[in-house]
Amino acid sequence: MAVCGSACGSNCVPKDTEGEEGERLKRLSLEEESSVRRCTKCAEEEARKECNGLCAGCFRAYLYGKFKLAVTSNAMISPTDKVLVAFSGGPSSRVALEFIHEMQSKALACWDASNSQALPVFTVGVVFMEECNISDELSDQADDVIAQIRSIVSGLSPPSKDLHIVPMESLFSSDLRKLVGSINDATGREDFVRHLRMLSLQRVAFEFGYNKLVLGLSASGIARHVLSATVKGQGYSLPADMQYVDTRWKAPVVLPIRDCLEQELVTLCNLESLKHVQVHDKRCTSINGLVSSFIARLREDNSSREHTILRTAGKLKPFNFNKFSSNQYEYVPSRLRPKFQFIETGEPESPEVLCPICASPLTATELATTRCSQQMKGLNIKEMEAFYLSCCQSCHFQILPKEETSMSCDGFFDLLPKPMVKRSLLRLVVSYSMHFSTFTTTTKPFVPNKLG
Amino acid sequence: MEGVEASEKVKRTTPRLCSLCNQRKAALRRPKTLEQICRECFYNVFEDEIHRVIVENNLFKPGDRIAIGASGGKDSTVLAYVLSELNKRHNYGLDLFLLSIDEGITGYRDDSLETVKRNEIQYGLPLKIVSYKELYQWTMDEIVKAIGLKNNCTFCGVFRRQALDRGAALIQADKIVTGHNADDIAETVLLNILRGDIARLSRCTSITTGEDGPIPRCKPFKYTYEKEIVMYAYFKKLDYFSTECIYSPNAYRGFAREFIKDLERIRPRAILDIIRSGEDFRISTTTRMPEQGTCQQCGYISSQKLCKACVLLEGLNRGLPKLGIGRKKVCSGEDQVQSKRHLENKALSFHGKHGNVEWKR
Repeated sequence: MAVCGSACGSNCVPKDTEGEEGERLKRLSLEEESSVRRCTKCAEEEARKECNGLCAGCFRAYLYGKFKLAVTSNAMISPTDKVLVAFSGGPSSRVALEFIHEMQSKALACWDASNSQALPVFTVGVVFMEECNISDELSDQADDVIAQIRSIVSGLSPPSKDLHIVPMESLFSSDLRKLVGSINDATGREDFVRHLRMLSLQRVAFEFGYNKLVLGLSASGIARHVLSATVKGQGYSLPADMQYVDTRWKAPVVLPIRDCLEQELVTLCNLESLKHVQVHDKRCTSINGLVSSFIARLREDNSSREHTILRTAGKLKPFNFNKFSSNQYEYVPSRLRPKFQFIETGEPESPEVLCPICASPLTATELATTRCSQQMKGLNIKEMEAFYLSCCQSCHFQILPKEETSMSCDGFFDLLPKPMVKRSLLRLVVSYSMHFSTFTTTTKPFVPNKLG
Repeated sequence: MEGVEASEKVKRTTPRLCSLCNQRKAALRRPKTLEQICRECFYNVFEDEIHRVIVENNLFKPGDRIAIGASGGKDSTVLAYVLSELNKRHNYGLDLFLLSIDEGITGYRDDSLETVKRNEIQYGLPLKIVSYKELYQWTMDEIVKAIGLKNNCTFCGVFRRQALDRGAALIQADKIVTGHNADDIAETVLLNILRGDIARLSRCTSITTGEDGPIPRCKPFKYTYEKEIVMYAYFKKLDYFSTECIYSPNAYRGFAREFIKDLERIRPRAILDIIRSGEDFRISTTTRMPEQGTCQQCGYISSQKLCKACVLLEGLNRGLPKLGIGRKKVCSGEDQVQSKRHLENKALSFHGKHGNVEWKR
């Protein structure tokens, strides 16, 4: 029974449609007048303004769908994994935690219902890193924050999750506050705290037996990282920190909400009343702060700018450590396995040499300079000199002490956490043994006293 | 606290010596390195760095005919001055010419052209002027009247590139040099990241481009800071035209420029770091990159069937100002009525809230 609506103008609506159809049409036209928009996906619920034309339910499903796609298509979590979620209290990591909890609950329900119960359900732990004693942050709110975090995590069961609240300075024997305070450059200080944070998270994962680390890094966070790294001259190593998977570490780092914008995650927290800790905005005089405000301005001009930045950086070549080795894909369905076991044709890549502070791969120029200096110093090289030589140019400029700083090179080196120093010694040995044939002098390879 | 203030006061009254020669009084602080140096040392280090860039990158060979893209602005004036100085001092053996483009912007270009004509006399370099009117039969003023104040930089830039090549061909030049400085290149790197132009991102940091084409072009000022160019021109009292293009306030590049200015204040070497990042970017082999071909209409270098200049010009001549702007939805072979209607629908969003020209869906 076709209805021409108002365009016909000849009042040709048949009388028998004035039942349900008429009611529905009346409702629709009333709604058009009162401008109530329906969700573009399900057309049932009211569309929310902040959800890009979707209703709350579809919006959540859209974000969860992105999360699930990232996890499954990159084989991020296997049934036997013990996953550690780094929870800062902010909205991004809150959503990551929520989604992982949902995934775990669903897996548990399947396991309960299944007959064989052959594949176990992955376990999840949560870690909150206390940094207030290291940088100049407000420490009086720390207790409130911790209490909130405890209540958040305890509410996320079943299955229950271990919560580790770890003060960063308890993990290493050196005076981290003095070390961080000795760095003159504000950007260098922030970046160094970030590197310490990763080192600490890895330490916690190792101590408690976790084999994967989940970070709540969103697309907006990655866009900020892309611009900051470009501005600091780290164009070569930029792709390393922004891929779904990063196996440079003992506990590989995975980014399941990499495709979600921060705005979307904040909206979700508000819609679902997900408790999170307000991260207070510090007035930053650092490059990272400048990049943040720049991206905020770009976002006001065009809300999809962050996605474009992510897409551009996604076209840069990732490193060989940005995917799992093939034997870690045994739980992936066999139809998907060839995707991961495919080896890129071309010359086999030699393993990258990493900076001991920031773990970024060194460029060919940096490597050449390092080797040249190492060659010149020969056997008389001090441990401290060897360490400094193996750092990247960005860490050299913004983190390592220079002549004008208050602390001497030796003093700074003595305060560095031992795991960071150990990384450099290992790399030295690896690079020397690998490329010994390129040396033209008869210098014997440098062998450090302690590898630990 | 007081002690620090007192010692700072003492610093200001005693004359500081140049940190390079330690003989003369320091007259300025070098923007790139923040060193306090004297004028003579500044000239030396400025000119010497450019000379090293030219030599290390093999930009020229003896006997080359070089067309200097001259707009009358600070970059091209300093470029003309420094190149002719270094040409004499180090015996490059180059034949230098000034090549100027008249886009037809009243109140801006006509004034700056007077400056170039003076430069011709001051530096003794022959001048050739090529205008948009004679090449394309459109001046920028007419173009802006037709399309408005958004995207006019696209037209100007695309047309100027071709105009420079045509002008250089007319004077039988072997190379074109432009005054693009470090700030320009850093802005371009950022812009290409923001706009998702991976193809340009891979090319924009090269010091020489178009080597496989008829007339390559290079940028000797690639590592020279804009602030230092201004300082050099000021101290040497060079004659240049210092007003910004009257149509430029709406350019998207303004975002990147403001950011870079703020960045330079925090960390001056960040500009060079951006350029280094741009050089170090490695594009994934699975990314589709455009292939280089030639335009079917004019034979100019192009990655599409028709070069951008031809597409834009066709748009102007047919009264379709958005042809060639934004993502490709209308190809030039389409029915005129259909394309006009299509564009009329989009014209509603032309001056919309965000004013951006990207197709939304």
